[in-house]
Amino acid sequence: MKLLTHNMLTSHVKGVTKGYPLLIKATEVKVSEVEFNPQFVIRMIPKLEWPSLVQAAAGLGYLNDLPSDLVPDYENNEEFLRKVHRVLLEVEVLEGCLQCPESGREFPISRGIPNMLLNEDEV
Amino acid sequence: MSSSCRRPEHMAPPEVFYNDEEARKYSQNSRMIEIQSQMSERAVELLNLPEDQPCFLLDVGCGSGLSGDYLSEEGHYWVGVDISTAMLDVALDREVEGDLLLGDMGQGMPFRPGTFDGCISISALQWLCNADKKSHSPPKRLYTFFSTLYSSLARGARAVFQIYPENSEQLELITAQAMKAGFTGGMVVDYPNSTKAKKFFLCLFAGVMGVLPKGLGSETADRGVSNQVQFTGQRSRFKNMKGKSAKKSKDWILEKKERRRRQGREVRADTKYTGRQRKPRF
Repeated sequence: MKLLTHNMLTSHVKGVTKGYPLLIKATEVKVSEVEFNPQFVIRMIPKLEWPSLVQAAAGLGYLNDLPSDLVPDYENNEEFLRKVHRVLLEVEVLEGCLQCPESGREFPISRGIPNMLLNEDEV
Repeated sequence: MSSSCRRPEHMAPPEVFYNDEEARKYSQNSRMIEIQSQMSERAVELLNLPEDQPCFLLDVGCGSGLSGDYLSEEGHYWVGVDISTAMLDVALDREVEGDLLLGDMGQGMPFRPGTFDGCISISALQWLCNADKKSHSPPKRLYTFFSTLYSSLARGARAVFQIYPENSEQLELITAQAMKAGFTGGMVVDYPNSTKAKKFFLCLFAGVMGVLPKGLGSETADRGVSNQVQFTGQRSRFKNMKGKSAKKSKDWILEKKERRRRQGREVRADTKYTGRQRKPRF
């Protein structure tokens, strides 16, 4: 699971109203090379929940000197865009689990695939 | 209509039906791969994404990631959701570029509002119309799916579902729940006159009213106003009034070519030589 996906994921357990951000408890993390596409990163930055991205990256130990506040005029700052790209698309959680901040429900991650299936009483 | 045992959703729930053996077909059977990629190509075309712009898309029922491959080829980024672990394993082995998630579409899409620029789904929605467990209620599951999908799409985004509807009631059930969740749009049928090439696409718009695209090969099927007689300058010929034209005659050939064209097959263009007798010296 990439951190971009994590930034968009919420918990959908019954009764949970916000369920965001999911807490990452990783046991195995991989960094793989992905082609840099500045256009895509620029498009995604306004959609991101910046504090939770920084929090997730710091939790995994791949903060990469990412500032805790979004840099103004990031469109022309290639160095910054590359950093964001690395955190968003290259860092992947392979094993571990995601925890819902409200209900404490854990979603296991195996081989990089989070299991978001709910039990019948949670729907 | 086909007998019930031929439809996979009547055999077993999706997480059981798509076992290792069934999943392997999606990485080895070239016919299956070709059909899947053709349908994804058409679905992406119907999404009408802005050109030269990488988009963030959702693939519901991504399976082995064949549809995702096409998205990556087009330069888009995607997240795939599927309920079958065997299919997701195949996707991992094929090293697809998108991120994968194990999830049940009937339980809702677990994403933040406004996340995706579009959503495609190839042959997955019809699985929701079956109740595989005692607690399942198809209309409720469809509504949960559509309402959570609606919120996870950006305003103005589209969702395109390729489906194999079993009957008209099923189609009605699906569209009714989609409309209830706030979507606008409707069905696009490609090659409506062919039994084999006919494909159903449910095209939904989130937020903005768009114009529904036309199905391929259906130009002749729709008329401007259905309850009005079309005006034509051509005089109706006497032979046309007597039903079918004589076999092998020029009219017969033209009719047959027109019919096959409507079915979406490859047909040579009509020329002045079409259906013309050869000279006696042949």
